[in-house]
Amino acid sequence: MPVLEIRGLTKAFGGIQALAGIDLHVNKGEIVSVIGPNGAGKTSFFNVITGMFEPDAGEIRFEGESIVGLTPSTITHRGVARTFQNVRLFPNLTVLENVMVGRHSRTSQGVFGALFRTKAFLQEEQEIEDHARDVLSFFGSRLRGYREDQPAFALSYANRRRLEIARAMATEPRLLLLDEPTAGMNPKETIELTGLIGSLRDERGYTVVMIEHDMRVVGQVSDRVVVLDHGIKIAEGDYDTVASDENVIEAYLGRPVNNGART
Amino acid sequence: MAAPLLIRREDETSVVSKTVSKSRAGKFRDGWVDGFLWFIRIAAILVVGFGIFRSVVMTLNGEGTSIDAWENLIVSGVAQGAMYGMLALGYSMVYGVLGFINFAHGEVFMGGAMVSFFVAQALFDNGVWESNFALSLFIILIVAVLTSTLIAVIVERVAYRPLRDAPRIIPLITSIGISFFLQYTFAGLFGEGVKTYPTPPDYLRNKVNVLGFLPIEGTKILVMVVALISMIGLYFYVQKTRAGRAMRAVAEDKEIAALMGINVDRTIVSTFAVGGAMAGVAGILWALLFRSISFITGFLPGIKAFTAAVLGGIGNLAGAMVGGIVLGLFENVGTIVVLGGLGIPGAGTLKDVISFSALVLVLVFRPRGLFGERLSHEDRP
Repeated sequence: MPVLEIRGLTKAFGGIQALAGIDLHVNKGEIVSVIGPNGAGKTSFFNVITGMFEPDAGEIRFEGESIVGLTPSTITHRGVARTFQNVRLFPNLTVLENVMVGRHSRTSQGVFGALFRTKAFLQEEQEIEDHARDVLSFFGSRLRGYREDQPAFALSYANRRRLEIARAMATEPRLLLLDEPTAGMNPKETIELTGLIGSLRDERGYTVVMIEHDMRVVGQVSDRVVVLDHGIKIAEGDYDTVASDENVIEAYLGRPVNNGART
Repeated sequence: MAAPLLIRREDETSVVSKTVSKSRAGKFRDGWVDGFLWFIRIAAILVVGFGIFRSVVMTLNGEGTSIDAWENLIVSGVAQGAMYGMLALGYSMVYGVLGFINFAHGEVFMGGAMVSFFVAQALFDNGVWESNFALSLFIILIVAVLTSTLIAVIVERVAYRPLRDAPRIIPLITSIGISFFLQYTFAGLFGEGVKTYPTPPDYLRNKVNVLGFLPIEGTKILVMVVALISMIGLYFYVQKTRAGRAMRAVAEDKEIAALMGINVDRTIVSTFAVGGAMAGVAGILWALLFRSISFITGFLPGIKAFTAAVLGGIGNLAGAMVGGIVLGLFENVGTIVVLGGLGIPGAGTLKDVISFSALVLVLVFRPRGLFGERLSHEDRP
């Protein structure tokens, strides 16, 4: 059953056609990589799915229901979460608080519970905290212990990326959109995170759509690879098929000289 | 060929000489401004230091302010400062979340105090004020909190929400307009005369010996206790609850907060509501301390609370409270100590000079305020 079904998705910014009629379906439990040269429309694709921009045309169905025109918070509530290419945490909140904020859409206690410290309020606060710790443990001891109480701005770059994934996990999504999760990481950290992306699906049961530039990461974890260029899908298939696809090679490297432009 | 070359050379030299003279002028100007700032700093320290020194000497000689009067001034300063602090919280919270100064906050405070005056009057007429003051206080507190909260929320909805994406100067100007609008609405509704709250019962007006040696008026103890409880409550709310976390998340990054499932509009409304509630409490504290209220009452305390928020470091809640108390002390103790010590007659009437000089001095010495913190707005792309 497709978790995400996209048909004819179109979005233009002024004269630039960021997305020009993209079709995509993602099945439950799949890891799909979206690749393409810079400016291909990958991040715009994520922005439109998560409701940060409204598409000009096209249909986005999440678990069979249209999510076009919904606010970002509603889409998060439905079960879609994302991370950002340029990490966007709450820098002055602690590590634990960042993840606890992620639980916001799954909890309900308001001012009155807090004011009168009702049993439900106290239970919920405890539940939020326990859940946040559980999500942080996904990354082993890297974000646990004393780091929990550090402000996010004090973290290393790799840890910020991990924390952003943890915060997305805390929203209890069924579909996780990762925007260049390994960007800026060293080779060792990249290998570690590649393994974690696999276990996001295997252990936690998320369906993952990932934008990635590191082809080793893409090759290792993807069930399917989708290639975008100039807002259109130019290839789709498993990694080996896509890697040898002429259109893809052309998009990345330009045309070979022998069947070159001048005829 | 030769002619253009010559011209070019001339151009180059003139450009060079121009930049040189410009940078020299710049250096000279910067040096002059720096020097002037240092002069102000040193002059301020000397004047304040001399004033304090003289008034201490005078007290020790038994001429000037007596020890009792000192105690009185300090206690009044703290009590009044606690009230400023409560009001400063509203400025600081709105600044933290929306990044502009809500100058109408003083009127939110006045509105609460004004409406609860009529309730207090009714309670007094019925004799409840005399027979059960605690109940009356509770009732006027609730009325003031509800009124102020309501005004703050309506102002946000009507005046600020449509300007959410406008440059920050625009809601700032709007808030000044709202401030006048509210002042004259209240003047029109309730008249321009000064209204006086009924006097609190004797046991509150008498001095109580705190810890056995510090005699403090009952009302001032009440003011300090109410302010302390409210502050602790607010701290708990902002730091330890789901709604408070949402507020801090919205303050840092609205877009991402929305993506985390936080309803940004509702969070901003609750920020105004909490700030308004604090202003309502401050309105009652004002009534306990000064008893008189008019449509213009919100203006000066509002500006002073803003000063307190800047003193403490705007955007920082603990800073707002501390800034309030520091300002209260400046106003009460500083006036007598510094101006009295300098031998200026009628120092008491120069209170406001002191409080606003304090603002200028803090900005000269420490522009970020006492507790100034990194503001997330500055980090944003």
